Amino acid sequence: MKKLKYALFTGCTAKQSTPEQMMSTMAVARKLNIEMIELTEASCCGASHLQDYDDFLSLVLNARNIAYAEKHGLTMVTICNTCQLNTAMTKHRLDNNAELKAKVNEKLAEIGLEYKGTSNVIHFLYAIIDDFGLDKIKEMVVKPLSQFNIAPFYGCHNIRPSELHDESHKQKENPYNPTSLDDLIIACGGKNVDYEEKNKCCGFHVELQAPHTAAVLTGTAIAGATDQNADMMVTPCPLCHLKLDTQTKSASEAIGREVSLPVLHMQQMVGLALGCTPAELGLKHHVTEVNFI
Amino acid sequence: MSTNSITTQKVNFKVFRFNADEDYLPYYENYTMDITSEEVVLDVLNRIKWDHDGSFSYRRSCRHGICGACAIKVNGRSTLACKESMTTMIEYFGNEITLEPLSTKRAVKDMIIDKADFWDKHASVTPYLVADIDECPSCENLVSPHDAEELNEADLCIQCGACHYACPAVEINSDFFGPAAFVAAYRFESDVRDSDAERLINVNEERQGVWDCVKCYECAEVCPKDINPIDKITKLHQMAFKRGVAKNNVATRHAVGFLHSIKKHGMLDEGGLVLYSEGVHIVKHIPVALAMFKKGKIVLPWNMPKSDKLDEIQKLIKSSSTVKF
Ligand code: SF4
Ligand code: SF4
Ligand code: FES
Repeated sequence: MKKLKYALFTGCTAKQSTPEQMMSTMAVARKLNIEMIELTEASCCGASHLQDYDDFLSLVLNARNIAYAEKHGLTMVTICNTCQLNTAMTKHRLDNNAELKAKVNEKLAEIGLEYKGTSNVIHFLYAIIDDFGLDKIKEMVVKPLSQFNIAPFYGCHNIRPSELHDESHKQKENPYNPTSLDDLIIACGGKNVDYEEKNKCCGFHVELQAPHTAAVLTGTAIAGATDQNADMMVTPCPLCHLKLDTQTKSASEAIGREVSLPVLHMQQMVGLALGCTPAELGLKHHVTEVNFI
Repeated sequence: MSTNSITTQKVNFKVFRFNADEDYLPYYENYTMDITSEEVVLDVLNRIKWDHDGSFSYRRSCRHGICGACAIKVNGRSTLACKESMTTMIEYFGNEITLEPLSTKRAVKDMIIDKADFWDKHASVTPYLVADIDECPSCENLVSPHDAEELNEADLCIQCGACHYACPAVEINSDFFGPAAFVAAYRFESDVRDSDAERLINVNEERQGVWDCVKCYECAEVCPKDINPIDKITKLHQMAFKRGVAKNNVATRHAVGFLHSIKKHGMLDEGGLVLYSEGVHIVKHIPVALAMFKKGKIVLPWNMPKSDKLDEIQKLIKSSSTVKF
């Protein structure tokens, strides 16, 4: 198989509050012999908040990030659902609006760059599933997670709005009945847990401005997974991870029930199955202890 | 279409039943039917009533996706029954299909709900044009095609409530106006003829307003008219800043804080953002911050990573910024 090579857009959390996200991404990439060229010039995607303030500026900054991936001639891989959404949405808007693209390029020209629209933008979850292949992952599993019930938590921005998903992923994900993470859990030898909240919102984006709403969403999600006997949750989004991993106290208070489950990044789960060590995967960085290994 | 291409399959329906006048609790009735590939969800509702139980109740009127009456939930997904094909639903969910009203807690009789909260919220955003119009104008009040485009199809809303009852923020926070009300607010805020000074301030209020949207995109996904309510919410955010009505509060500072971080580091400074957004209220985050710090999840200010070529980012911020706060 031809070696896979991507331009890695790390986003901000992988460099700060989820160091284990960066560690496990690189550990899995090494195992799968995927080459990652980190886009060290990239800026924050705006996380859907800068967009609320200054839409044009956010377009320019995201176009700049993609332009760097284009310079390498590579597909951009993201490791955060919200980075994926904001980058893919920028791409969608620029590729479908020549006037807007020209305006953005006028700005990029000031720093000697041009957004062409030649690089695709995909989340690492779909790079693994679509480009590398679930069957090959299955063959490479050395430590099947067979004793675990694993609850997938998809995160909004990977599955909605689905029109963006249709553009960037080969296997069309159904936003009401997503399957990618479930398939990945099964490929890693685990038992996937079905529960109502798996494709719901974790509340991350309003944690500061609407803390009660955010806490209820977090609590309900963990409770939903717990009630289906999950041993852990797994998510492709570091923002969902942060919410579910670090906010269990407020979440428990909001729903009037003590809830807490280990929440693995999708990369950590894959890494465990592929035989990476807990240290390589940064499992000690979780606030809710990963107590099963 | 030739009849040869019509296929049939057996589907098990679990249907929500409740009569507020007689029942203490709701219950589910099971029906199994052969569904053809030509049928829409409303055909199933009709067949339940006509073939199984005449007391079964639901709303429908136009059967053309115009009146907005027939919205229900199919396996938890808000759906306009007369528009949604059963084939798509079976593709999504398989052959076990649950039919429920848009909001089970607001059920009056079977699929019929009390939509009072929806209409109250709709009414409270001044969903009409406020304009000082000459009652006997000498010529037409023309709106240019470009200005009309600014409505972004918000005027196509049929008030079906699909988005409203799919919205988790509505479900948790009873004050939150909800996506449909914001679409209505946007429809008139973006109309060049409108001169209402209060509407935008009203929809920016804390708790009820646009800042409590959790950005889950459920509303965009379910809207049968492809109106994309969260896009309108984003535009209302942007209008608030552009027109200078954005209040200085945790929500607006949270948005603006991104700009300050990116200007300084290229990346987001997570700790700095919380401090900037919360001000003195940052103390309430200390317990979680300490727990994160112990696990190596907090980067101290002097170790903040920076993007390479930060000068480029700063140059673009200078030349491309369109808003001031
Ligand atoms: S995106 Fe916002 S308005 Fe739309 S459903 Fe989600 S919380 Fe509600
Ligand atoms: S925005 Fe769409 S889903 Fe919401 S009420 Fe209007 S038509 Fe229905
Ligand atoms: S019956 Fe009018 S919209 Fe469905």
